[in-house]
Amino acid sequence: MAHLPRPTLSLFLVLSLQIIFSAIAFGSDFQESDEEEFSEELLLRPLPDRKVLAHFHFESRAPPSLSDSHGRHHHLFPKAIAQLVQKFRVKEMELSFTQGRWNYDRWGGFDPISSSNAKPPGVELWAAFDVPQYLVDASWKNLTHTLSGLFCASINFLESSTTYSAPEWSFHPSSGSLRYGTLPREAVCTENLTPWLKLLPCRDKAGLSVLMDRPSIYRGFYHSQQLRLTSPEFEGRLESGIVLKQTLTVVLQPDSQGASNTYSSETKLQPSWSLSSIFGRKVTSRCVLAKSSNIYLQLEGGLVTELENVRKENVISWIDNVGSEGWRTNPFFDLSVNPDSVLREVNSLHGSSSSVLYEYSVAKYSDSRPFDLGLKWKSPVVWSCPQAPLHASRFLMGSGNERGAIAISLISTGLNEHFLGANIVEGSCKLEVDIFQVVPWYVKVYYHTLRVFVNGQPQAVTDVVEKMRVSPSEDKVSPGVMELVLKFPCDVKSAALTLEFDKGFLHIDEYPPDANQGFDIPSAIISFPNFHARTHYFEDSSLKRSPMLSKFQEKSRVRSYSEVLLVPLTTPDFSMPYNVITITCTAFALYFGSLLNVLRRRVGEEERFLKNRAAKKAGRLAQLLSMLSAKIRGKKWEHPQSPSASSSFISLKLIVKVVLVTGIAIAWQYYSQ
Amino acid sequence: MAESEAEVPKAKPRPIVRLGIFLISHSCLFSVICCTAGVLTLLLLPVLAKNTYISENALMPGSANPMFSSQEVSEANRLVKSLTSLDSKPVGSGIESQRLIAEYMSDLGAEISYHKFYPRSNQFHPLHFFSYPDSGSTRENVSCISHGLNTVGIIRAPRGDGKEAIVLVTPYNSLKVGPGEALSLGIAYSVFSLLTQVTWLAKDIIWLVADSRYGEYAAVNAWLRDYHMPVFSGLSALKAEICPVSNVHNELKENSVTERKINDGFRRAGTMATALVIKVTDGSEHFEDSLSIYAEASNGQMPNLDLINIVNYLAVHRQGLRVKVEKMRSLINCKWLKILGEILQSLGHVAKSLNPQWKFGIPAKDYVEGAATLASSLYYQALGVPTGPHGAFRDYEIDAITMEISSRVALNNKARKNDFLLRGGRLIEGVIRTVNNLLEKFHQSFFLYLLTSPSKFVSVGVYMIAFALLVASLPVVAASLYADAHKVDPSFGIDKSTPQASATDELSITPRSCKWLNAAKKVFLVHLWGAVVSFLPYFICQIPSCTPTTSFVVWVLLSSFSLPILSLILGSSFSYGRPSQPQKRDWTLLKSVTISAAFIGLCLMSVINFATAEIGALLMVPMCLMAQPLKLDIRSRKLRKFLRVACNLALGFLGFPPAGFFVLKGAFEGFGGITVGDFWSWLESIWSWSSATYLYIDEMGFSVDVTERDDIRVQSG
Repeated sequence: MAHLPRPTLSLFLVLSLQIIFSAIAFGSDFQESDEEEFSEELLLRPLPDRKVLAHFHFESRAPPSLSDSHGRHHHLFPKAIAQLVQKFRVKEMELSFTQGRWNYDRWGGFDPISSSNAKPPGVELWAAFDVPQYLVDASWKNLTHTLSGLFCASINFLESSTTYSAPEWSFHPSSGSLRYGTLPREAVCTENLTPWLKLLPCRDKAGLSVLMDRPSIYRGFYHSQQLRLTSPEFEGRLESGIVLKQTLTVVLQPDSQGASNTYSSETKLQPSWSLSSIFGRKVTSRCVLAKSSNIYLQLEGGLVTELENVRKENVISWIDNVGSEGWRTNPFFDLSVNPDSVLREVNSLHGSSSSVLYEYSVAKYSDSRPFDLGLKWKSPVVWSCPQAPLHASRFLMGSGNERGAIAISLISTGLNEHFLGANIVEGSCKLEVDIFQVVPWYVKVYYHTLRVFVNGQPQAVTDVVEKMRVSPSEDKVSPGVMELVLKFPCDVKSAALTLEFDKGFLHIDEYPPDANQGFDIPSAIISFPNFHARTHYFEDSSLKRSPMLSKFQEKSRVRSYSEVLLVPLTTPDFSMPYNVITITCTAFALYFGSLLNVLRRRVGEEERFLKNRAAKKAGRLAQLLSMLSAKIRGKKWEHPQSPSASSSFISLKLIVKVVLVTGIAIAWQYYSQ
Repeated sequence: MAESEAEVPKAKPRPIVRLGIFLISHSCLFSVICCTAGVLTLLLLPVLAKNTYISENALMPGSANPMFSSQEVSEANRLVKSLTSLDSKPVGSGIESQRLIAEYMSDLGAEISYHKFYPRSNQFHPLHFFSYPDSGSTRENVSCISHGLNTVGIIRAPRGDGKEAIVLVTPYNSLKVGPGEALSLGIAYSVFSLLTQVTWLAKDIIWLVADSRYGEYAAVNAWLRDYHMPVFSGLSALKAEICPVSNVHNELKENSVTERKINDGFRRAGTMATALVIKVTDGSEHFEDSLSIYAEASNGQMPNLDLINIVNYLAVHRQGLRVKVEKMRSLINCKWLKILGEILQSLGHVAKSLNPQWKFGIPAKDYVEGAATLASSLYYQALGVPTGPHGAFRDYEIDAITMEISSRVALNNKARKNDFLLRGGRLIEGVIRTVNNLLEKFHQSFFLYLLTSPSKFVSVGVYMIAFALLVASLPVVAASLYADAHKVDPSFGIDKSTPQASATDELSITPRSCKWLNAAKKVFLVHLWGAVVSFLPYFICQIPSCTPTTSFVVWVLLSSFSLPILSLILGSSFSYGRPSQPQKRDWTLLKSVTISAAFIGLCLMSVINFATAEIGALLMVPMCLMAQPLKLDIRSRKLRKFLRVACNLALGFLGFPPAGFFVLKGAFEGFGGITVGDFWSWLESIWSWSSATYLYIDEMGFSVDVTERDDIRVQSG
């Protein structure tokens, strides 16, 4: 496994990945076949923290549409997807629905599954189109709507230009025709799984997909269904058609009986499991339409090392003695079914042992003899998964509604030393890290505040950042995108990046429902271009037929997603519009009232009226009252004929009115009760 | 015609102007009525309190059956037992107990990290009152020996997205684990172990075992500061250089079985939604198991009322605990309060007999309790010092309360203890489950409220009335005084308007408009002095090796010296050798300006911290209104005037002792206290504005000596 020191070369390699892959996949065996193909596979892997990973892999291929793509009949390949590819000229596309978080610490971060199937929570969609630049956005919008209808999800929200971005080089080596968007808050449930299953020729009626019992797969700790589409035909290579890979990755916790009494023991016995105990179903038959239908059980390198340590003396016999009963039982666990073959990883990256793959073909089993693989642990064993060179975590800093900071912290897992130990002596060893970060516009990131700390020491940005592309956000138009290539020294222990931001204000219409929850910053993608997650297995005839294993051999960079962040923004009181309307109306009423008053007022008339009133003799009682009020106020009582008396606020009329109103109010109050 | 035109508008001014003129002309009566009404409304608040209700529908408290069972109780007992057995062993208990807890946590599959912190020396910064605590980048005096070690365990929600977290805090003293602390750890552990198994969790759970060796608040605050404002640059390296011996992590790791799971790094779990501080005290209650809720955070901030509501609801209706909030014990046996309560009760009866729908009035006992609770609620909010470690969370806008569960009898009986653990655990499980239901953060219910009982509250709309009534008299009185001063003026002019004085008349007109400016200058000077006096302790703190008493003396001396210096600098002299009439006018203007300044200060403070403003208004408003020149009164030798003088002196004395009291408190606690920032924020609120009035009165004391004339308002100080 050569990790290429030069980025250009590695980039080139990744670019040519598709070619290599297709060359592998369409080996001499079936390249010329004009048939549509379907294959189903399931990978099971015990995880160190007492859980089991199940990875379903379904692959459909359609031959290249030679002459007219329209009106073509498909036998196995889902027509909806084929039409979608034709209509929007999708070169490559990946859609994932994820629930839960992939635990990079415990479930590994270096293998192909964790780098390509560990996805951020919610929906992630990216697509590359084979259309002219100016049509890409339009195609993307149409595609989101189509997928939204196809998968019963609100993918159409990715239509808005504030939600998607166009990464240039850090995400995927595809020129400007790629669009990327995520919906971190999308809830994933069976309504998304059912349309996904409908794309399979056997649905979930036969074959491996029978295992997808909804309650058991949604009970898991991680659930990610993914749909990946490659149609190299647009690139001018007509020999290959559309390839549709549907994967479902779930992490399940087997029911552990007697868990309560294991607390006392220092290391716990792993829970035994079988297909029927974790899925609640058994595999009865293969999907007859499938070309191959296999189940694999993978033992990770760490586990294999542990096994080898214990049985040092007869490792060889244990691994190589295929077909005999010797390897099926070992000091740690028993398998209930004999594997058809055992594959061993070659050229392991991890310095430790290479992983082992047991292969089971489902074709032999039937309703009368269902396949139910069981793993029974006999003695406790502790191992760990291979880790990505740096463990990435992202968090928010600061408090308050005004400003904050995003911090990405990278902590060495010790792998890089192990790997690059030989190179350290050269002194020029660099660990390359790509970071791709999309930030919604209402989080106004100041990219000039980027600060980098390596091993607890602040570093000049130019020393560490190799390459950088920033497109600042535009209010209500586009999100901010940051692509970074960082180069750290190989012996880096910890590194941290901070970016400061201001929290923006949204218009009241733009707040989503449940606005007080806060707003999401989508996951950052941290990838390591000079580390490649790939697992080679010994060449075998069966390997060539296994699309999943050939996918594992694909050279893809190690990639991890950071956490989704929740930024609390200032949210208005949503009853505020009502208040504003009320106040505005009051102000208008007052304004127009006084305006009308001024307009219709006739000063001369009023004067005459006042004079007349003054001339008239006031009533006896009023005079008395005004005298009284003058007494109270301690003023000299003036004769009511003087103008000041008319301004006295205690007038008979007023008092009568007030008394009347009060009386009515009291009476009404008393009798209405 | 022209004459009548001139007359008519005068005859009918606008009603609002007429009302204003009326109020100003009757300012004395008005202010008395307003003040009485304000005090009465304040006393009526317990009656006006509403029952709490759960405002946020998403919470759904108690809608699920508790899953907390006797199995978890046995878990709790196991931890308590091993903690107490560890405690009996003398050696190295400090780290041992943390390691033990960490082991227990990691057995549950939680992520664990240790957080090492250094207790901060009490730095007071006068300009950091209402801002959140600074990032702590200037930790120059870090001592190597004294550091605390928090243990943090995090459960990741199985299917959650990790954006939010709920925090459980159990403060305990790692050197000596008391029985109550062990029990609180046991409860938290059992809840924690339950939460590792449940499937409904949507938010991550952080269990912070705070090392309260240097104070509960300090430990929690240090952790929160590092959570929100981590320092990346080279601090750890610095520390390692200074303190090579105290590498606790290594010590811990070497011994630990679970070494590889414990990470050096600071672990985080998203935005914190809510924090619950759990404490257990035992054996103090007489009747039944009870739960005390402490909610007041710094500067009188309160958590959302919904949080208190759900705790109260679950404790009362699900677990049968008696919920208490802090009361002023001294008020419960107060005679006059009882009498007032009875009067209100009978009034309520009368109202009910008139109309059965008028539900006015509460039983006298309830009233007294409510008043006592309200008084303590006001007091703690006004004090601005958090009543527990939950106060640290509020600085980061996280709703938090302290729940102190206390049992009826000492928990020696095993069955009794199990029952207690079961109820405590179920309560906490219920609260966490309820908060977990919440999709948004707490925002529906009130943030500004006063509690009169755990299930009754007075909202901002109601208690503001009392304050508004109390304060309303100030601007009116100020306006009337101002008008008086100008009324005195023309008459003074007219009396002297002999032909030979025409030249002097012109001279006296120009300063007349500036008169109030002069007064304002004086008031400003005194306020400035007040600010200087309140900032002096910051500089006094800098003096090394200073006992509180000496620093206090230094403070008093400095502050008394600073006034003449200030007045010298600003060129304001208090010795105006003037005849009595202009002196009286001066005084009126001065009082008017003072009252307006006090009014503005009170109104501003009521926005920031209502309780402080309310208490300040209670003290200041009567004093502002009653203040009179002392010498004039003494001279006149009438009984009424003498009474007024006596009142003045009494009020002045009453008004000053709080300052004196808190000065003393500042000398003994503030300089060496725990919550310095909060305490100073309180002091600031007193000193920077309200105390200026007292000092203003003091200033008049100075002017006695200077002028040796009349026109002096002596308020003793």
